[in-house]
Amino acid sequence: MENLERLLADHPFLAGLPKDHLELLVGCASNMKFNAKQYLFREGEEAEKFFIIRSGKVALELYVPGEGAITIQTLGEGEIIGWSWLFPPYRWRFDAQAMEQTLVIALDGKCLRTKCEGDHHLGYQLLKRFTDILEQRLQAMRMQLLDVYKNT
Amino acid sequence: MHVSITSQTMLPHQYRVQRVRQETPDTFTLELHPMSEASAIRFVPGQFNMLYLFGVGEIPISISGDPRKSPTLVHTTRAVGTVTKAMRGLRKGDILGVRGPYGSHWPIASGVGRDIVIIAGGIGLAPLRPTLYSIVADRDKYGRVILLYGSRTPIDILYRRELESWRSRFDLEIYVTVDRALKSWRGDVGVVTHLISKAPFDKQNCLAMICGPEVMMRFAVMELLKRGVPDDRIYISMERNMKCAIGLCGHCQFGSLFVCKDGPVFPYPGVKDLLSKWEI
Repeated sequence: MENLERLLADHPFLAGLPKDHLELLVGCASNMKFNAKQYLFREGEEAEKFFIIRSGKVALELYVPGEGAITIQTLGEGEIIGWSWLFPPYRWRFDAQAMEQTLVIALDGKCLRTKCEGDHHLGYQLLKRFTDILEQRLQAMRMQLLDVYKNT
Repeated sequence: MHVSITSQTMLPHQYRVQRVRQETPDTFTLELHPMSEASAIRFVPGQFNMLYLFGVGEIPISISGDPRKSPTLVHTTRAVGTVTKAMRGLRKGDILGVRGPYGSHWPIASGVGRDIVIIAGGIGLAPLRPTLYSIVADRDKYGRVILLYGSRTPIDILYRRELESWRSRFDLEIYVTVDRALKSWRGDVGVVTHLISKAPFDKQNCLAMICGPEVMMRFAVMELLKRGVPDDRIYISMERNMKCAIGLCGHCQFGSLFVCKDGPVFPYPGVKDLLSKWEI
């Protein structure tokens, strides 16, 4: 637990979070290991967690009939995966597969949702951080949609 | 760089094609050698030449070879227009007209003692490759040297073999990402700007050089500024429709600047107000 507390406290995503909130998150956190090709989650499954990647690489994939699985994005050390636990219907929209051995801190989103309902300050702090990630991913997606390299 | 305008300025020198290499399905590299020593061209990284395919037309193409290997010139381009499509048909021994070099260059000297961050998108890696050659040749003078390269798909990755060779060196950090890929691709997927926040460089003591589509460069600059890189440490290479290459015809006018003469490499503060203007 002490190790998890230190890892979470040092992570930029949680920087500035009050100690009591951090302790609460530690209570919802666990270390997990995924081997290469193992799925963190599959599209349609219940979204119960989110993940902070400690090491390794994860591909977010979408199955396209006729084409197979397309990799939408890869995420690596220090990055966050998963916000479907925050929004109804709490189902994953993509597959997430480890591309190599990957260590993560998994946070129990289901448990956090309940705690956020009871403590709106915690809810605001988490939403603020996830909104920042959403904004970054949205900007990246817009650039991908522009297909900037097509004619240059 | 000042250009004295004489008839010689507009006169192409004859160069013979030594080699044509297909880089990707639509991109190829020409290796050229001067037909007389007197017409050999010396360049600095970032500059471009006007290549003249006799009877077809003349176009500006950045120089993508090693400056130390003068007088051989290397140009990489995509077959997209009349001239470049015809150029793709060139074979060893064919003759081209070359005039140049023109334009400003990457400020490599100001990177001495600093971390070097090179950000390239698509064929934008071509004008930056001479910079990497120069830096690698004087590797001890610089801090960390980082290349962040974004491509459309894995088959569009330029200079693949060279990237692999650079990646195998311990003193270069090469990150390649593609915008889209099938599952068989084991590398990174995502836009090149995503790499900026993760790249391990000293934000206060670095030199950033960017070349790629204008939209990509704007986003890359935003990420660098967000990271805390001072704007006067950022340089970009612009592209406009260049015809005369000496600032006379006005085709490449960019506000009060001419891309051919004042650029193509600009310090970001000098063009930042122009980048967001639609009419320019």
